[in-house]
Amino acid sequence: MDLSSINPVFLIASLMVAATPILLAAIGEMVVEKAGVLNLGVEGMMITGAVCGFIIAVETGSPALGFVCAALGGAVLSLLFGVLTQYLMSNQVATGLGLTLFGLGLSALMGQGYVGIKAPPVPRLDLPVLSDLPVVGPILFSHDAMVYLSVALVAAVWAVLKYSRAGLILRAVGENHDAAHALGYKVIRIRLLAIMFGGACAGLGGAYLSLIRVPQWTEGMTAGAGWIALAIVVFASWKAGRVLLGAYLFGGITVLQLNLQAAGVAIPVEYLSMSPYLITILVLVIMSADRSRAALNAPGSLGRVFHATS
Amino acid sequence: MKRRTLLAATALAIGFGGAAFAQDKTKVGFVYVGPIGDGGWTYEHNEGRLAVEEAFGDKVETVFQESVPEGADAERVLTQMALSGADLIFTTSFGYMDPTINVAAKFPDVKFEHATGYKRADNVSTYSARFYEGRAVQGHIAGKMTESNIIGYIASFPIPEVIRGINSAYIHAKKVNPDVEFKIIWAYTWFDPAKEADAAKALIEQGADVILQHTDSTAPQAAAEQAGNVITFGQASDMGEFAPMPRVSSIIDNWAPYYVARTQAVMDGSWESVDTWDGISTGMVKIGEISDAVPADVKAEALAMVEAIGAGEYHPFTGPLKKQDGSDWLAEGEVADDGTLAGMSFYVEGLTGEIPQ
Repeated sequence: MDLSSINPVFLIASLMVAATPILLAAIGEMVVEKAGVLNLGVEGMMITGAVCGFIIAVETGSPALGFVCAALGGAVLSLLFGVLTQYLMSNQVATGLGLTLFGLGLSALMGQGYVGIKAPPVPRLDLPVLSDLPVVGPILFSHDAMVYLSVALVAAVWAVLKYSRAGLILRAVGENHDAAHALGYKVIRIRLLAIMFGGACAGLGGAYLSLIRVPQWTEGMTAGAGWIALAIVVFASWKAGRVLLGAYLFGGITVLQLNLQAAGVAIPVEYLSMSPYLITILVLVIMSADRSRAALNAPGSLGRVFHATS
Repeated sequence: MKRRTLLAATALAIGFGGAAFAQDKTKVGFVYVGPIGDGGWTYEHNEGRLAVEEAFGDKVETVFQESVPEGADAERVLTQMALSGADLIFTTSFGYMDPTINVAAKFPDVKFEHATGYKRADNVSTYSARFYEGRAVQGHIAGKMTESNIIGYIASFPIPEVIRGINSAYIHAKKVNPDVEFKIIWAYTWFDPAKEADAAKALIEQGADVILQHTDSTAPQAAAEQAGNVITFGQASDMGEFAPMPRVSSIIDNWAPYYVARTQAVMDGSWESVDTWDGISTGMVKIGEISDAVPADVKAEALAMVEAIGAGEYHPFTGPLKKQDGSDWLAEGEVADDGTLAGMSFYVEGLTGEIPQ
């Protein structure tokens, strides 16, 4: 065992990269759930975003355009979910699961000709003096733009939900759609917009995998990241800041367990491999131990079908 | 009594009908652990399936199922394939071993072929390739080329096949570079690009400048390319799109001749339950082109080793070798027997860490 071979600075830098796809997907899903919709199709939207982003980036040579199209692709797919659940009033859980399966299949089909191709490189931000700072440099100032964008997005979501009128309306729709409807808010329209935002974020998260973190296209490459994002939203009890915490915690343990293994720590590997999931479950249990408080945090109309009867 | 005769006659008629139909077209099923587009393990098995189609044309029909989890799902998929009239089914991952045996017992007329396992039955053959022969060549190149003397190894599951690979690579790296050290990460997956990429990055951050992988995606190759100055080897498939750097060579699984031969055997009615374990000599294991990033003398040595293994002059597990705990395994000049290799569950001397149980 040689723990000195683990460099904490690199560890933190790579945990941020490992956490970014989950963070993006989770912050989008949080907004969707805040609007009272439970979309279990995060995995499907992520992988669709991954393949859309990859195809566009390869064809145009521009990763930035790839990310834009990934967000569009995720949003379009989520619109399918939106129409089914909001207008046709299908069951949200079943539709969400269906969306995941559909997304996995669709992405495999779209990606047929793109296996084994390399994506155009995404430049890391190289800030002259700042990137060369000893400890802070690698951790804070030498990532790609998406890492900063994801953190900025979390801050923006937090601010909008907390301080803006739009955020207030979104929360009202999620807490009690009948009351919001009675006040004259377009519940379905607001929810559709939230669903599309969630789809776009999941698409960005997927594209981060296929364009930066892995970076290439392989079928099924999200490998469950969407489900983790869903768990993190509950873990965060629908608070933006805690989503960031949850995603970084999960990413951190994922990276740490690999580093511990490589350093030859004498903990059985099985425990290390399951640790990210185990700790996520553990925190979920602790968070929801106090039933009344957990229930207070969840949006009141989460997962309920809205039908404007009057 | 009469009714029973009638039933028997009907059953017989259906049976004949089925047999007559089967004679028209031999149906061959394939069960894959990953997607056919993984660029590695499953990709090569699918190439084998395509070769069967090409060889027999209209006389054969192939079906396949991708990304089948190892466990109860596999049994369901296998039963479905057998029910839908498959005559021969290839199950292409170690974890399908028990499901294959279970389903085979229920369908005595269907032939099964299980890759990399060790359980057989009257209608279940096993087949595998001696990947460890290729690992020996990789170990040699890795030992010669590493500058940090740290070699990272992304392992999948602690099964004999993977452990053999680690031992074989280590023995040959150590032989040419006594200071070499292996850092091993067990990914507990055959295919998870994000996890494989993270594992590769963790190893590189800890100083590894050679990455060996026993997982199926090309993600570690991409991670190595990003890091620069790290070399890798293609796994199961050539992964030539990463040549000449970081991929300097590869182990290629070539299943096509075996699949064609076994399908032919089913057609002829000459199929028997056998245990096949072929390597470089028959071409089941191929060594991908060694790129120019490898110095000429190292390349020549590696090729000589390939030649010697192929000709049967050299066995990668030749004594003197000790086990990790220091006990003797092979005496000077002694060669490991297939039984020990097939069930290998120990590290050789010098490797650190424990094999997860």
